[in-house]
Amino acid sequence: MRNVLAKRIIPCLDVKDGRVVKGVNFVNLRDAGDPVELAAIYDQEGADELVFLDISASVEGRATMVEVVKKTAGEITIPFTVGGGISHVDDMKRILRAGADKIGMNTAAVKNPQLISEGARKFGSQCIVVAIDARFNEAWGEWEVYTHGGRTPSGLRALDWAKEAEKLGAGEILLTSMDADGTKDGFDIRLTRAVSDLVTIPIIASGGAGTKDHFYNVFTEGKADAGLAATIFHYKEIAIPDLKQHLKSRGVEIR
Amino acid sequence: MAIAIIDYGMGNLHSVSKAVERLGYEALITADRGAILAADGVILPGVGAFGDAMASLRETGLDAVVREAAAGEQPLLGICLGMQLLFSESEEHGKHEGLGILPGTVVRFDSGKLKVPHMGWNKLSFVQQDSPIFTGLEEGHVYFVHSYHVKPERQGDLLATTDYGEDVTGVVGRGNVYGMQFHPEKSGELGMSLLRNFLLLTEAKN
Repeated sequence: MRNVLAKRIIPCLDVKDGRVVKGVNFVNLRDAGDPVELAAIYDQEGADELVFLDISASVEGRATMVEVVKKTAGEITIPFTVGGGISHVDDMKRILRAGADKIGMNTAAVKNPQLISEGARKFGSQCIVVAIDARFNEAWGEWEVYTHGGRTPSGLRALDWAKEAEKLGAGEILLTSMDADGTKDGFDIRLTRAVSDLVTIPIIASGGAGTKDHFYNVFTEGKADAGLAATIFHYKEIAIPDLKQHLKSRGVEIR
Repeated sequence: MAIAIIDYGMGNLHSVSKAVERLGYEALITADRGAILAADGVILPGVGAFGDAMASLRETGLDAVVREAAAGEQPLLGICLGMQLLFSESEEHGKHEGLGILPGTVVRFDSGKLKVPHMGWNKLSFVQQDSPIFTGLEEGHVYFVHSYHVKPERQGDLLATTDYGEDVTGVVGRGNVYGMQFHPEKSGELGMSLLRNFLLLTEAKN
């Protein structure tokens, strides 16, 4: 299928108890831990979308996240996804009502796939992002889905799960290669391409971005619709305006 | 200077309201006829199904209020489903009558050719560059999320299109009535500029 939409660049923010954690190094931030301020800066820099990953473990932390979503919705002019800790339709409703555009689900969707169909029916497929953490399983010769933040092998084949998620009504797949994550050696092109060729819903590739050309490769060879990264943006190793300029100059459709 | 954002139980009004406030205008989320007609400008937002939205507008009597506002002087802007509702009818899950403020129909994308919903950043092409809604602006990308699109009956009502396998209506306008299929409040700088241009029209009328 032809795709005329612009490829998206998506910074991901890990948020715990309402604070950004993991490597934020913006010199011009008043408060480096404030997710709302950071989100606004990414918006101004030309990010096409944002992902918040709530890694709070407590009920209080989750409640704080709703407040962050509310504030963020009032500050930014691009769509954003909130993932982490969503295990019920009521959780989705709370986050969407607070102003998020999409909901990301990972472990909860593996445990209870009906959550995908229920969410899609209630809020529309465009709101439902299924996050898949995949690692190559040598014995299988293909990728396995991991849950619980990458700690637990699920026994599910990533390609099967991606297809199933699409069938259940997922609007998008956020695909993280655990093999590539943190290496800065580039996105996992094989994995991304395999999933992109299999499903018709958009794929957000994640894990391994280290250079501007890594994004180029994942958009062209990997056929990804969006590229997500965290530390390289947070540490300004790659500035979003430069990245977008670079991709544009190489002929990629970019906003 | 208040902008009425019509609350008829469909979709998230928070983002639209905040965007209006950020541009320096007072935003009033309301279902009250008096408040809507007294406002300097009116925004009809909307996310969801066409039939449900029309049913909700009828139940609350807001359908007549929107028509009244459109017939008046104050600028009116329909966003996403809110724009589709301005037209005569939709074929989303059967035939549904719309507000009939602008002539035209809402049809489904030709499935098979491209992914539906049309979701993401797509480039807007100005058909009527001299429309006040585009003053000072250049063509660029805006954020769309929709499975149905508008076929206006009058070519003159079409202000901008986007290419999604075919020409898709992006912006419409006639007199004081405007519509945007994409979400200006989610469309970065260009989206905010389009919204600002609409809000400037509300000042010109006073």
